[in-house]
Amino acid sequence: MAVFALVFLAPIAYSIYISLFKTRLIGGTSFVGLENYQQALADPNFWDGLFRVGLFLVVQVPIMLGLALLAALAIDSGRLHGAGFFRITIFLPYAVPAVVAAIMWGFMYGNQFGLVGNINEAFGVNIPAPLGPDWILASIGNIVTWEFVGYNMLIFYSALRVIPASLYEAAEIDGAGQFRIIRSIKLPAIRGALVIATIFSIIGSFQLFTEPSILQKLAPNAITTFFTPNYYAYSLSFNGQQYNYSATIAIIMGLVTMIIAYVIQLRGMRKGS
Amino acid sequence: MTTLQDAPATTPAAPKKVKRYSTKPRKSITLTLATGVILLYSVVPLLWLVINATKSREGLTDSFGLWFADGEFLLWDNIVSTLTYDDGIFGRWFLNTLLYVLAGAGGATFLAVLGGYGLAKFNFPGRGGVFAVVIGAVAVPGTALAVPTFLMFSQMGLTDTPWAIIIPSLISPFGLYLMWTFANDAIPTELLEAARVDGSGEFRTFFQVGIPLLAPGIVTVLLFTTVATWNNYFLPLIMLKDPDWYPLTLGLNAWNAQATTNGGEVIFHLVITGSLLMIIPLIAAFLLLQRYWQSGLAAGSVKE
Repeated sequence: MAVFALVFLAPIAYSIYISLFKTRLIGGTSFVGLENYQQALADPNFWDGLFRVGLFLVVQVPIMLGLALLAALAIDSGRLHGAGFFRITIFLPYAVPAVVAAIMWGFMYGNQFGLVGNINEAFGVNIPAPLGPDWILASIGNIVTWEFVGYNMLIFYSALRVIPASLYEAAEIDGAGQFRIIRSIKLPAIRGALVIATIFSIIGSFQLFTEPSILQKLAPNAITTFFTPNYYAYSLSFNGQQYNYSATIAIIMGLVTMIIAYVIQLRGMRKGS
Repeated sequence: MTTLQDAPATTPAAPKKVKRYSTKPRKSITLTLATGVILLYSVVPLLWLVINATKSREGLTDSFGLWFADGEFLLWDNIVSTLTYDDGIFGRWFLNTLLYVLAGAGGATFLAVLGGYGLAKFNFPGRGGVFAVVIGAVAVPGTALAVPTFLMFSQMGLTDTPWAIIIPSLISPFGLYLMWTFANDAIPTELLEAARVDGSGEFRTFFQVGIPLLAPGIVTVLLFTTVATWNNYFLPLIMLKDPDWYPLTLGLNAWNAQATTNGGEVIFHLVITGSLLMIIPLIAAFLLLQRYWQSGLAAGSVKE
């Protein structure tokens, strides 16, 4: 509990405290109340980043969770040879650190020794550069999807395994087909897992930092210092020394994340009852 | 690929459903193919990493990305260069990472087990509120904590020391959540009551009754906190300036960034080989312990 207080409660309290101050070139640090918050809400860079992670969220998370669910249902269906092999292999990318994943995909995306260049050459096509400004967000989405499909699959799969077999038998006696079983038994039974996975994915999207910050060196034109709110907060404090404003951005993002996670949880649970 | 062809014919449930035979095989093939695509998607980048760890710096640019370069297989040379480059700093980073994992993930697991057990098995007011706090703790963005933690730690003189990494790693809200739900299912309350009736103290009950039952959950939490610490990038990025204390993530990124620095030596082949060396221990741990952590996940982590 003491550790929890030191590394969790104290920083939050401190964060809120410093977000109420402002350091000016002339006059030093002074109490400004909620001025930083007003500034943030009118800051186009902040909205830009927030919009970007929002877009990322509504596109990437459904794709990732959809793939994960598909894989989990397929492995659980008992129709795959070597289901155990599928399960562990699809999961493996989770063991790859985000830094390594971003470096690796960055190389593959790149035109120097990347696969994109190889494919363009081999087939005489012209795939747009994944590290260009138009495609960078999709490229990052692909990296994140790659990292976490297996992880989410495993969460879903674990939830599917604890469904009592008697339910399936009853459904078969009633003449239910596989899709019907999936819709009426499996999906409702793993609703809790779906909600949790969704919440964690949303949190992950809002915290997006490592992948863009690594790729930034490869795509300096496509990734700005305010690419995501988290990156913005980092840039503000460690490149711009604007600790107070940075804390403000971080707190707003924390609040937004918690509210959305809470709403998803409530909605998910209500449908369950 | 044999998997794809054999699957429909040998489906265990097939004989029972002869009446819907016409729709069955087609559906299985679709499912198997779809899963096969996801499998390829997961594996190809890893193959890319292995293959390219065998190439020289020139070979990386000259050869096709998903096949070996002509006439060179330099995996061993690359490993040696990775380990000896810059006075063997890679080994130092590796040991740093191990230290952070042992102290940080080990401690986090211990705290999560204690906390999860307590939350699951002792009734106290406000338990529901704790759930909200735990989920909230997961939700707070890294920067929201990292910036003030950095400022606090720098006043305490802890930045640029291993403590700056270890202390924040000790808290794992996700581990606590996992342990909590696991303990709920895995330990029958009657068993604890029986132990108490027999005169066992709370600590003895915890160690002799609780811990053995929680073992699969503990392995699961340990693996996940290990991954979190092993892969941690943001916290060390903020806390550490001295490359001697870098974990592997920061070190590899520094090597990667050399290419864009003026006068920096381009060592992409070492970055790739180093990346491969970095992920091998984790993959090995997952494969060796899969029986335990998978049952741990299945038994408790995701039930409501």
